[in-house]
Amino acid sequence: MSTSENTKVALPAMTHTVGMPRHQKIIFIVLLAVLLALPFVVYPVFAMKVLCFALFACAFNLLLGFGGLLSFGHAAYFGMASYVCAHAAKVWGLTPELAILAGTATSAVLGLVIGSLAIRRQGIYFAMVTLAFAQMVYFFALQAKFTGGEDGIQSVPRNDLLGIFPMNDDMTFYFFVLAITYGGILFIYRITHSPFGQVLKSIRENEPRAVSLGYRVNRYKLMVFVLSATFAGLAGATKSQVFHLASLTDVHWTMSGEVVLMTLLGGMGTVLGPIVGAAIVVTMQNYLASLGAWVTVIQGCIFVIGVLLFREGIIGVLSRILKKPL
Amino acid sequence: MFKRIALTTVAATALATAPAWATDVKLGVLNDQSGVYADLSGQGSVLAARMAVQDFDAAGKGINVEIISADHQNKPDIASNIARQWYDRDGVDVILDVPTSSTALAVADVTAEFGKIFINSGAATSDLTRANCQPTTIHWTYDTAALANGTGKAVTESGGDTWFFLTADYAFGHALERDTTAVVEANGGKVLGSVKHPFPGSDFSSFLLQAQGSGAKVIGLANAGADTVNSIKQAAEFGIVQAGQKLAGLLLFINNVHSLGAETAQGLQMTTAFYWDMNDGTREFSKRFQAEAGAPPSMVQAGVYAGTLHYLKAVEAVGSNDPAAIVAKMKEMETDDPLFGKGYIRKDGRVIHDMYLMEVKSPAESTGEWDLLKQIATISGEDAFLPMEDGGCAFALAK
Repeated sequence: MSTSENTKVALPAMTHTVGMPRHQKIIFIVLLAVLLALPFVVYPVFAMKVLCFALFACAFNLLLGFGGLLSFGHAAYFGMASYVCAHAAKVWGLTPELAILAGTATSAVLGLVIGSLAIRRQGIYFAMVTLAFAQMVYFFALQAKFTGGEDGIQSVPRNDLLGIFPMNDDMTFYFFVLAITYGGILFIYRITHSPFGQVLKSIRENEPRAVSLGYRVNRYKLMVFVLSATFAGLAGATKSQVFHLASLTDVHWTMSGEVVLMTLLGGMGTVLGPIVGAAIVVTMQNYLASLGAWVTVIQGCIFVIGVLLFREGIIGVLSRILKKPL
Repeated sequence: MFKRIALTTVAATALATAPAWATDVKLGVLNDQSGVYADLSGQGSVLAARMAVQDFDAAGKGINVEIISADHQNKPDIASNIARQWYDRDGVDVILDVPTSSTALAVADVTAEFGKIFINSGAATSDLTRANCQPTTIHWTYDTAALANGTGKAVTESGGDTWFFLTADYAFGHALERDTTAVVEANGGKVLGSVKHPFPGSDFSSFLLQAQGSGAKVIGLANAGADTVNSIKQAAEFGIVQAGQKLAGLLLFINNVHSLGAETAQGLQMTTAFYWDMNDGTREFSKRFQAEAGAPPSMVQAGVYAGTLHYLKAVEAVGSNDPAAIVAKMKEMETDDPLFGKGYIRKDGRVIHDMYLMEVKSPAESTGEWDLLKQIATISGEDAFLPMEDGGCAFALAK
């Protein structure tokens, strides 16, 4: 309980004390080892794509799994950041880290604006408000000159990192992306396991009670919304550097749907779930591509099976069997 | 699945019977197999590529051809990823088809990076051979400029000299309207006005009434896909064509006309690069194609066939699968195939061939399910496609 002493909130007895429980430390080390080995096993560009979507899903999970807020408009932050990052790298000639920062900052601001309006409503209304704003962002991306309409921003260069290290080799860039994603995931873990994260969970479980305890729940909700948008933006911005392009796909509402699918499939509210979910969905889209129309059918079937048979998601089920939070 | 097995078998037989000095080439057909463009490209394009290989008798000429295909789901990141993997790991020599502008531009970049060959048939953007041109890109069938040019010029010349545009309100629609306006005015026509509709739209009634009220002889539809189909349907409900105005679709495929039906679409004018019922060559090919695919080939699928055929001719002439030499040979040789006739490939990768202004037949004229179009005019390639000098393709213009 040492982490929540200063938060005054009565929480169910926590099993862990300071820092990570041992089994989660092991998980993070194994995860790092797997990710370090990944580009030697699968195609590096594909591996980078998995990383970007894993971070995106983790950002979404922060909002849904820990904040209990279902946003249907996360493509807006993901896509807008990728446009800004691509524009910054191509037109302004910024280095990758600055371009990604520019994209991420844009999403943070966007998240602040949309979030401050959306959190005033709950449940389905919240979801609809976020969807409506995401559609506005989509139309902006469709109309604005700098986004190139349906052509997107193409041939985005990968400038030298910090102006020194060439990044054009996919293998080199993978480790840069890995650093971003792994750092992002650790940061999200830290947020969810901080006093702030505990308050969030209490709001998710019983909002009136959190209010009665004296928490300004809207501030917490806004904070987590902005954080989630920021990390979604970080993922989107990185993706535009990976693929040298930014396009309407990333701001389209189907992208918002895909991230929900990834998170639910992997396990909402778990640490590893979104990563696993993202890996599964991205793998299906890539490796089943030669099956043509069957990709979407298979994706749909897996989703239906997931919802019917293991609602907690793959990692959620595992976690229940092992009786340990994963 | 079955088709893949069939393909592998074809390739395996080819391997078994080919002479020892054979050249191996691997073609990758990358297109939309599950979305809105699946009908006009999709598995039909794979079939077209396979027919080109058979018709060329590649195995008999010592060229072992293997064809693989994938669905890019209209997402540029998936297209780019697959293209990279194909070139880098799977030894693909040439990528074919690739509809939708964003995916095509992405694949063009990846192809240039690996120094392979990209023969596009499905995408509309003229940027492929203009601002975003690559020495490794060949753009076969059509582009927005040719459609705007073709329809704008031919319709204006045939008496439709006052226009009103119904434009999809995004970059593509704006570009189409701008290009067509320039052509109409250059040919002595006049644009009376235009109205922008939201993209994607579903209710076009108020816009169509505005178009009707303008009194223009021609209503130009500067939109695409479902928007075009819906605006044509609603125009039919208002009896716009019956009242004497003509509709001109600026980007329309035979499959769209088929889904609309002759009753609804009659009198509509459109530009196409290929129609199955033009001459003996196109009819013979289309008959074989339809027997397997169930529908006659779209111009995109025809472009995949012609592109594959021309590529194989270049491979035979060069005698190896060195991409740079093959591209040079492809641009040097005249193109000549039963579907597009004679033509040539410009330095910037633009294939120059005739385009045709077509009109949708009335139900009385139409004798069959697919007997939908009649030819109004032939637009020569030089007139249809924009001149290279104005294109801004850096490498082609460099001396």
